[in-house]
Amino acid sequence: MTKAAALLLAGGLALTACASDEEPAADGGDTGGGAAADAPKIGLAFDTGGEGDRSFNDSAVAGVEAAIEANGGTVAKLSPNDDGSNRADLLTQLADQGYDPIIAVGFAYSDVIGDIAEQYPDVTFAQVDGAVEDAGSPENLTGLLFAEEEGSFLAGVAAATKTEADHVGFVGGVETPLIQKFQAGFEAGVEAVNPDIQVDSQYISPAGDFSGFNDPARGKIVAQGMYDAGADIVYHAAGGSGIGVFQAAAESGGRAIGVDSDQYQTVDDPALQAVIMTSMLKRVDNAVEQFIGNYVEGDVAGGENQRFDLESEGVGLSTSGGFIDDIQDDLDTYREQIISGDIEVPTTP
Amino acid sequence: MSALRRLGPTVGVPVFAVLVAVVISGLVMAALQVNPFEVFRVMFDLGDTPSQQMTAVVVVLNRAVPLFLAGLAVAIAFRMGLFNIGVEGQYRLATIVAAAVGAAVALPGPLHVLLIMAVAVVVGAFWAGIVAVLKVTRGVSEVISSIMLNFIALGIASFLLTGPFRGSEPGASIISTADIPESGWMPSLNGIFGALGLADPPRQLYGFLLVAVVVGVALAVLLNRTRFGYDLRASGLSPSAASASGVNARAMVLKTMLLSGAVAGLIGLPDLLGDTRSYTTDFTAGLGFLGIAVALLGRNNPLGIAFAALLFSFLDRALVPLQIEGLPASVITIIQGTIVLAVVIANEVARRIARRSAERGGAAADAAAPGDGSTSTGQSAGDVGGPGGTDVQGTGAGVSRTAGAGQADDTRGAGA
Repeated sequence: MTKAAALLLAGGLALTACASDEEPAADGGDTGGGAAADAPKIGLAFDTGGEGDRSFNDSAVAGVEAAIEANGGTVAKLSPNDDGSNRADLLTQLADQGYDPIIAVGFAYSDVIGDIAEQYPDVTFAQVDGAVEDAGSPENLTGLLFAEEEGSFLAGVAAATKTEADHVGFVGGVETPLIQKFQAGFEAGVEAVNPDIQVDSQYISPAGDFSGFNDPARGKIVAQGMYDAGADIVYHAAGGSGIGVFQAAAESGGRAIGVDSDQYQTVDDPALQAVIMTSMLKRVDNAVEQFIGNYVEGDVAGGENQRFDLESEGVGLSTSGGFIDDIQDDLDTYREQIISGDIEVPTTP
Repeated sequence: MSALRRLGPTVGVPVFAVLVAVVISGLVMAALQVNPFEVFRVMFDLGDTPSQQMTAVVVVLNRAVPLFLAGLAVAIAFRMGLFNIGVEGQYRLATIVAAAVGAAVALPGPLHVLLIMAVAVVVGAFWAGIVAVLKVTRGVSEVISSIMLNFIALGIASFLLTGPFRGSEPGASIISTADIPESGWMPSLNGIFGALGLADPPRQLYGFLLVAVVVGVALAVLLNRTRFGYDLRASGLSPSAASASGVNARAMVLKTMLLSGAVAGLIGLPDLLGDTRSYTTDFTAGLGFLGIAVALLGRNNPLGIAFAALLFSFLDRALVPLQIEGLPASVITIIQGTIVLAVVIANEVARRIARRSAERGGAAADAAAPGDGSTSTGQSAGDVGGPGGTDVQGTGAGVSRTAGAGQADDTRGAGA
């Protein structure tokens, strides 16, 4: 029995090895060849999942690459270990090695980034999805926040306008306050169009268990349940599990709404592309690029949050595939109302 | 000679396994056109300044403490032939309850810490006790029930965290229990660095390190120097022989699982009392499963587990510098995986060698002193050593049970 378990364990470790870190991390020096001495040495610390998730982390990479294109500089990209226990070490080591600015991707860094920022007062830090207040508001930390609820509201409007069964669904990855913002916005958007439409909302894993962001099999089961119950459009905010939602949609003849990046472009499979009606874009790339640009210009104030919303096009809906072109006017009306404040989008369901 | 032969597998197997793992991962790296020597150099490079080097040492030690406790918790059950996969659920549940209780009360310093530890131990033992009761009364395999209870424990922990124990603001991005007040914090050991004339790193060395050392020593004594430990090991080596010599198998299962769960309850406390001060949605997960690997590598021996925990922790630290140097960090996972595989294979080889030598030795002893089972075959792997003996064997189910079967006479003789 012990042996069997050990073999399983070893197999598991080996699989994990395959799943992560396919790419050696640092691109040390191959970009911005003759960059001046003041070209930024950018440190990028990923959320669990690391580079190659075709979603959140990759979006941050795209932003950094665009910034390097514009300003020169180099980047070191670090992923945390499987249980995320070395997040503080990632930031410390980056700071020790002279990386500046250092960008942490994901709200999970909120616990540690405050202390590190105080330890290295001369280094500029930014955290995607983390409010500076959660980290004790150090002067050298900038929070890059998104109005996910506003974008999700539009996704809800699109789903409610397009549904033929008057029944839609929402699949969240992990029941955290962040993902609840997606749910709240989506439900509000559906209700704004037609309060009689039924919305099924479900999470893949409960708070504290982060497997829900990276479990396509369970994502598929949850979404399949919704399609079987009569829903015809399902919106997911489940990171890597979203691919399972698309598969369930393809098999049930339903449709789905992607999240974070334009998943119609990233999904790589025509059968799944056909079901992706739109995606709720969260422009982490823009935010990161803009932050680095500000840093190069010396414009980072620090100690405050930058909020990316509908107005600044930090969030929005993708139009790839042309599935929502016919309702663009409706969407624009709601968009204007949100920007003008006529519609207040809730952040908790 | 006899001592050497006994120590052979204990030291030899893990060392052999680590060497094999290093060679295999070196070959893998070479195949991937990565210079293995460069990788190993980076792994051993702790930093440029004294402060950075000491930070690295603290990082390794801080990570090793929970791994050590997790390895111990698994090993206690292994020694008895029980496979406690439920350590994961036991420590998660114990930690959140301990965090909530610690935040709810205000006591003078040491008492506060002791109360938190007591709560964690009780909750861990309780959760493991369910497994034991199911096994003793209904014959449910502890493997199945402890895996299932992991899911239930995680569910309960989530419920408690988002419901009754929630202490964070409604909008906060990380849900957490309320912070434990300062009287419940474990002071750090950073004074040591000053006393030793070393640089004082910014990172705090967990005071729980001392508790872990005490727990490790206490368990070593308990397992090797007491009647209880003797019964436990005897039951692990040969249940039938143990019960024939008057050990109550059911009571042993219950006691062993309670002890294993009690130690499991401590796993989350180094982080809780030394760093986070609250249980959050991000609290380190998976230590219970890593503990299985650590226990295997340490051959269920507290000292071995300490080294195994340090090794795993050292490897884990190397993840970050490797990535900074642009080297593949997956090397670490490959090394860890191959170590576990190599340990299993080496254990099996050691078992066969031991059995062969036991058969030869047993035959010789029988010829020399027929009827005196208790004094024969001192060098055999299945030998349980006697209450005062220095046992270094007992790698739980895999290695010893078969070897022990051949030693039934010894066990009975020594136990009587």
